Amino acid sequence: MKLRNWILAAAAAVVALPLAAGSARAYELTIPSMDYRTGPYAPNGIPFANGWTDYFTMLNERDGGINGVKIKMVPCETAYNTKKGVECYEKTKKAGSGALVYQPLSTGITYQLIPKASVDKIPIHSMGYGRTSAANGKVFKWVFNFPATYWSQASALVKYIGEKEGGMDKLKGKKIHLVYHNSAYGKEPIRTLEKLSEKHGFAFKALAVDHPGQEQKATWLKIRRDKPDWILLWGWGVMNQVAIKEAVSIRFPMDRFIGVWWSGSENDVKPSGMAAKGYLSGAFHQPGKNFQAHRDILKYLYDAGKAPHPDFKDRVGEVLYNRGLVAAMWNSEAIRNAMKIHGTKEITGAMMRDGLEALDVDEARLKELGLGGFTIPVKITCANHEGPGIVAVQQWDGKKWSIVSKFYEPDMAVIQPLIDEDSMKYAKENNITPRTC
Amino acid sequence: MLFVLETVISGALAGIMYSLVALGFVLIFKASGVFNFSQGVMALFAALTLVGLLSGTIPFTNTDNPALALPVWAAIPLTIFVMFIVAVLIEKFILRHLVNQEHIILFMAMVGLTYVFEGVGDMMWGSDVKVLDLGLPQGAWDWLFDTHDLYVEKIEMVAAATAAVLVTVLAVFFQKTRIGRALRAVADDHQAALSVGISLRNIWIIVWSAAGIVALAAGVMWGAKSGVQFSLSLIALKALPVLILGGFTSIPGAIVGGLIIGIGEKLVEVFSGELIAAAFAGLIEIDPGVFSATENWFAYVLALFFLMFRPQGLFGEKIIERV
Amino acid sequence: MLYRESGLFKTSYAADQVIFPIPQDRWGILAILAIAFVGVPLIMDDYWANAVFIPFLIYSLAALGLNILTGYCGQLSLGTGGFLAVGGYSSYKLMTSFPELDMLLVLGGAGATTALVGLLFGLPCLRIKGFYLVVATLAAQFFIIWLFYKVPWFYNYNATGQISVVPREALGFLVTTQRADPVVRYLFVLSIVVVFALAAKNMVRGRFGRMWMAIRDMDIAAELIGIRPYMMKLTAFAVSSFYIGVAGALIFAVWLGAAESGETYGIDESFLVLFMIIVGGLGSVLGSFLGAAFIVLMPIGLKNLLVDGFGMTAVLAKHIEITAFGVLIIFFLIVEPHGLARLWQIIKEKLRLWPYPH
Repeated sequence: MKLRNWILAAAAAVVALPLAAGSARAYELTIPSMDYRTGPYAPNGIPFANGWTDYFTMLNERDGGINGVKIKMVPCETAYNTKKGVECYEKTKKAGSGALVYQPLSTGITYQLIPKASVDKIPIHSMGYGRTSAANGKVFKWVFNFPATYWSQASALVKYIGEKEGGMDKLKGKKIHLVYHNSAYGKEPIRTLEKLSEKHGFAFKALAVDHPGQEQKATWLKIRRDKPDWILLWGWGVMNQVAIKEAVSIRFPMDRFIGVWWSGSENDVKPSGMAAKGYLSGAFHQPGKNFQAHRDILKYLYDAGKAPHPDFKDRVGEVLYNRGLVAAMWNSEAIRNAMKIHGTKEITGAMMRDGLEALDVDEARLKELGLGGFTIPVKITCANHEGPGIVAVQQWDGKKWSIVSKFYEPDMAVIQPLIDEDSMKYAKENNITPRTC
Repeated sequence: MLFVLETVISGALAGIMYSLVALGFVLIFKASGVFNFSQGVMALFAALTLVGLLSGTIPFTNTDNPALALPVWAAIPLTIFVMFIVAVLIEKFILRHLVNQEHIILFMAMVGLTYVFEGVGDMMWGSDVKVLDLGLPQGAWDWLFDTHDLYVEKIEMVAAATAAVLVTVLAVFFQKTRIGRALRAVADDHQAALSVGISLRNIWIIVWSAAGIVALAAGVMWGAKSGVQFSLSLIALKALPVLILGGFTSIPGAIVGGLIIGIGEKLVEVFSGELIAAAFAGLIEIDPGVFSATENWFAYVLALFFLMFRPQGLFGEKIIERV
Repeated sequence: MLYRESGLFKTSYAADQVIFPIPQDRWGILAILAIAFVGVPLIMDDYWANAVFIPFLIYSLAALGLNILTGYCGQLSLGTGGFLAVGGYSSYKLMTSFPELDMLLVLGGAGATTALVGLLFGLPCLRIKGFYLVVATLAAQFFIIWLFYKVPWFYNYNATGQISVVPREALGFLVTTQRADPVVRYLFVLSIVVVFALAAKNMVRGRFGRMWMAIRDMDIAAELIGIRPYMMKLTAFAVSSFYIGVAGALIFAVWLGAAESGETYGIDESFLVLFMIIVGGLGSVLGSFLGAAFIVLMPIGLKNLLVDGFGMTAVLAKHIEITAFGVLIIFFLIVEPHGLARLWQIIKEKLRLWPYPH
């Protein structure tokens, strides 16, 4: 009996630990890392988290941090679960010298953090996910979703389809189906695609697949019956692998099957292997590790035995790894900006926000960073938190991904009204007066 | 018409895939009255172990050593052996201590076991998507596809055949062998079985090992579709309505339940949207797209419908209530 | 010596009927309430509020609700997540449709809506019993989640189906959104939970509770002594759903501030709340709190111990945490299958006899 009480008492005491741990230390750039290395979405979460962590750690090892200030990573496991996400946020926001920026890595967590950001004065960078209308910087002062939103991406993919069909006017009468994850994330592109279908005259149909998406036979039977010309896939986790496999099984032409950029990683095509050859997906950065930054990561981390996750060495350069890396790169540049703007090396979350809003990483700067040609130039303004919004298409050749198209400008004539409508609705509900930029 | 046939066949085969998981539940419930919630994660664990052995993964390190990779004929028996060890451990550390407890307590213990499997499985074998390559046939059945434009997946045919073999073997095992008789005796009455000298422990180990083998079969079939990954454990939720519909204690029930649920949910998912929209045309406008992703709830509604007429499931033992 | 009944003489029926007949219990409860209302707010900040106390209290309320249905009336339910969702979404609709409504009324409305939905899905309970009843509640779970994804009216035609809370006040205090003071939000949730817990305690020791328990123990026998099983099972469904609905509304409005049906109120929630009442103790008000404490706080505690205490990487700690969580559940069940509340009862028994063990 005593033992049991002791266990309970110890467990209660442990809950109190994080408070006691907040003693004074030298200033460090504190970057929380909302990883999800467990749970159903872990296969996607691991490469991203490693790319994100490795880049910052490499800056520490190679340059001694940013402008000589060390970066401190504070990992917290969310398991892609919104409730754990909240706990992680509250636990890490005051860690070290105070969190500078959050990369929530889940649409659900992002929605929860948006109202907190302005209160806690910590910006959120939901890179290409989360609330699309946060692109309107006038309303969402603390939220950034560059380099492109789902709506821009949907529009860009339709442009790609138009190009392949031989012009946007040829889209008339074509059938485009969307297979989507039945969640807020999966529903993102629907409204944009509906508007585009009105504009260009293609027939659009959305087919939902419920979490987790292990069994999608019915969806693919519908596709067999309707015989669409193109399929878009807004999937996540196991749903991607099964969808691609089913598409292979019903012999849908893979080069007419385009995934969102979260449905286009090595993990997604691996179970199908060669059979998935030709499968396409959205992209805003290059796959592969043929860049100086990657060589530095291998040299300073993996070969020096300082990598946080040494068993990942062979997978450096995977699509999702590079996505984590590019996110880290933009945020480290924003830190540099913030230091410059405010003339201090000890920046806060609020200064970081200014750094993000003044972000301007062009090709020349990318070259200096050892990432020439790796991604698109990004320039953020007070009004536009989405940045360029351009998206390319990458293709799986059975062994590796490579970008096979130019970057497409989204159809802002269709998207901008949607963004304005949604963000103004939010502003009205929450009594926010939009900034003037 | 052909398309309806195709939907029915696909539904039936998908249903068999659910039955594979449900079978494991039934085995254990029959012999020990335990609702083994961890069957889904056991399937994952078995499949992970098989993939790990095939690719020579060193447990707890997340690294592969190709020199240790086993051929298929060695890896499968070894996986079965691992599942046997698991059964022994479960008996020793859990079941033995919970004899004669209420159903819900045993159920809860199984939920605890689920967490243990999840944690240990991830730590041992890593959380990436793993490709399970046993040389099982993939893709559509070419002859039917090319000549009749009928789409039937080969892997599901294999699954159906596996299920048929498993059910036959289990039926023979239960009806004809000495151990089988002992199993049925235990299922009928623990106390009476004990008093005629049947060892509960051995019976439980045997049943759990058998459930482990069924889990391996389910894990392999589902893993071939999606790669072996954490989500595999969630198939337990798809097996649940099958199990309830068929009755917790009936092996044929698991198969028939699977067929009904599989066919029913596919027909509804594929056709209901258009049918309902057409039925209400002119009255109110209904977007047929609303009726997609219905499978999760429809399976339960269908099971509920059947239960209204047979509250013990289709093949379950009749519930007799006395005061 | 400290905790005993001897020397306690009841001189009136009122004294015989009080909730806590033993003075030490009364003082204990008062002390706990004093700490909860006065002591805890002193250390309250965002972390304690959002990560520890508010989720603990809300889940206690949900567990209390499920305990009425499952623990007292014996009807196993795995539809808790769905009913939480009804609470959450109906509170959202009420908040956005009637901006002037006080949060207390919103919560009441959310609870009432959920009670109606609970009644509806409870209808099959006369015919279907035991584990088989799970199918009805699971149908509720999956159907409700699906409905909230598919019918845009429920989420006010937002682009994605995410619902976000809007600022609302209860009795003049701002209690929703991040701008609300964590102390105020905590006290708001605490007051509601205390009121509901007292109501539950009274209900289960009164007429209704006794009839529920008679049905749980054997419904045919209960019928023979003149209890109408159908009516009582349905009232249990309604009351339980009311509690769960309020908890669902609090999850959305006060704790998270945003919700998405499958993500926030998925099947995992159903299991989680069921775990709470089994680990805490079926048929015990105290057990609902202990169970919620165990399930909500144990993972956080383990995580903090492993990551901050032993310096493990987050991922290894997570794996160990999951495993240890499972092991602890099994361990507690083996040691005391009737839950933590039963442990407390044993301690009380021993205290009564102490220091003479026999």
